[in-house]
Amino acid sequence: MGKHIFSILVDNKPGVMTRVSSMFTRRGFNIDTLTVGETESPEFSRMTVSMTGDDYSKDQVVKQLSKLHDVKQVQVMERDETVTRELLLIKVKNDSATRQDVLAAVDVFRSKIVDYSPDALCIELTGETTKLNAFIELVKPFGIMEICRTGIVALERGSNCLRKF
Amino acid sequence: MKLSGSQIIIEVLIEQGCDCIFGYPGGQVINIYDALYEYQDRIKHVLTAHEQGASHAADGYARSTGKTGVVLATSGPGATNLVTGIATAYLDSVPMVAITGNVPCSLLGRDSFQEVDICGITLPITKHNYIVKDISELADTLREAFLLARSGRPGPVLVDIPKNVQVAVTEFTNKPVAPSLPVPVAEEASLEAAAKLIAESKKPYIYCGGGVISSGAGAEIAKLADIIDAPIGCSMMGISSVPFSNPRFLGMQGMHGHYASSMAQAEADLVICAGARFSDRATGNKEVYVRNCKIIHIDIDAAELDKNITANVGIAGDIRATVSKLVTMVEKKQNTEWNAQIEKFKIDEAAALKETDAMTPYDIVDAVNEKMPENAVIVTDVGQHQMWVAQRYRFEQSRKFISSGGLGTMGFGLGAAIGSYEATKDPVVLFTGDGSFGMNLNELATAVSYNIPVIVVVMNNGVLGMVRQWQTLFFDRHYSSTTLDKRQTKFTKIAEAFGALGFSAVNTDELSKALDEAVASKRPCVIDCAVSADEFVLPMLPPGGSIDTIITHIGG
Repeated sequence: MGKHIFSILVDNKPGVMTRVSSMFTRRGFNIDTLTVGETESPEFSRMTVSMTGDDYSKDQVVKQLSKLHDVKQVQVMERDETVTRELLLIKVKNDSATRQDVLAAVDVFRSKIVDYSPDALCIELTGETTKLNAFIELVKPFGIMEICRTGIVALERGSNCLRKF
Repeated sequence: MKLSGSQIIIEVLIEQGCDCIFGYPGGQVINIYDALYEYQDRIKHVLTAHEQGASHAADGYARSTGKTGVVLATSGPGATNLVTGIATAYLDSVPMVAITGNVPCSLLGRDSFQEVDICGITLPITKHNYIVKDISELADTLREAFLLARSGRPGPVLVDIPKNVQVAVTEFTNKPVAPSLPVPVAEEASLEAAAKLIAESKKPYIYCGGGVISSGAGAEIAKLADIIDAPIGCSMMGISSVPFSNPRFLGMQGMHGHYASSMAQAEADLVICAGARFSDRATGNKEVYVRNCKIIHIDIDAAELDKNITANVGIAGDIRATVSKLVTMVEKKQNTEWNAQIEKFKIDEAAALKETDAMTPYDIVDAVNEKMPENAVIVTDVGQHQMWVAQRYRFEQSRKFISSGGLGTMGFGLGAAIGSYEATKDPVVLFTGDGSFGMNLNELATAVSYNIPVIVVVMNNGVLGMVRQWQTLFFDRHYSSTTLDKRQTKFTKIAEAFGALGFSAVNTDELSKALDEAVASKRPCVIDCAVSADEFVLPMLPPGGSIDTIITHIGG
């Protein structure tokens, strides 16, 4: 079992995300994260899906996605050749007893306070998934009120692009 | 020229070579039916008794010819009634275009009368589906639906058309039919690897699936078998890939396969699989399945390679094109010992057949086989009768065995028989059981309306035999809900009530006479044949079992 990341170029049309995500469900593959957004061309959207599974699952996901009419390109993003990022917004209790420790953590992780209220701090952090997880663990004792994560986005290093046509 | 959406739909159907469609009218397709009225000289519409029957008819039309079948239904219940038919076509890779009407765009998403999200419902059972919300996209969307349905591995495509799009008017010009989308071409290296495995093997076995029939590759497969001196078996979908009379043909393998082909598969050192997906019904226990042998897997759909079984060599490509190349790359072989072993399996298989006085299911199949010409289309429903036909009928031509394999749809047969007849005008026989026939016998009304001389042979054993067989073997004979003895159904009277002819037969003489009369009548006929409830489909590999656990006899 391993973590796999797929970059998928799809037609920018209604219902495409359902087609892609339903393929995962009905064939028994579990999506860990899914992001979708417009690309450099308004015709296409780019989806990034991360999944935990064995090599069989990875192989089947690529083949089954390639069969979908709206899917134009599928690529497995190899860890060493890929830049991945995720965005975290996290709301932590603002308490005079712990405030200094929270601010220190924010500083060390190079994250940002994006909202400050008497009883809550909203912090923004970007990075690889492991970094986000470490930050969450660190601030857990201070009282996490709410978490929102975007899921992974990924680009291949170097000049290669997903779109091959 | 300026045409309405409804007229454009019919124009595109005709443009795509469709001469007959199956369907049922309703509120959201009245406009399309108005166009059908206008175009009735150029396209035939067959009105069925139920939309499910129409979907199976479009399926039968496609299976018996290779052309794309078309079914038309209204929104809501009309559309949902197609679902079983679409899934049946999807699981057996049958080219089909399903057209549904829907409420006007302004009423979509408001739970309007007879509104369902049929695109959502059919998402996992179509190759692709569309809802057309703009008249300017209608013609090209329908063309693309036909293109996708027939390209590569065929399958069903659904086009949902809201009523306002059927009514809107736009400019229309015909276009030539687009060539099918490109398919993968076998890589030279894989072909060489396959040729090497063949050269090394001493006991090769060729396993044909439905893909051999879709691709029209029967002759190439037979040629390969001759060169490498290999026996040929098949999955149920692969029946009629090669003629039954081909001496190398051993019949269907798998759960209810022939003893000889199942044994040959188990003993082979190389299985060359063409156009099949190694379904659990065809292989049994997969670990045991591969224990002795290497596997070459050829399929037009790359996603089938390494899906159910890991092949030593996987080749993505059209079967006919691939096997034509492969035959030029292999050396002539002679496997004398292997052939002797195969002959022994055949002798053992023949010896296992027991003679009885009562009319057996095989007697019924044989009687029909003797009376019907080679070009007869033989359709089945699902259950024991289906397996008896699959095992026994001597198919000489491809596309003459029409049966629901992957989905195993009881009630498939009568609709499919009607569609097959409309497509081919060849004699049509439907083998069914009292269970399956009970599901969709309403289509007798269609057969009578269009004077379709289908001969329905009901193997009537008063039980749901296939489930009962499992109950006998694996559930201590707890015949839970499989005994139909409280039903008072008289199939002969049902036939007469629908305006068809009814016959009954308790022995082969009566059956022979009934068949003669049925053929001579040129009308839809039902022959109710008495079969013992204790007839079992044998041999049987228990689910998930292997050749070591094959059941060839069920005692007292």
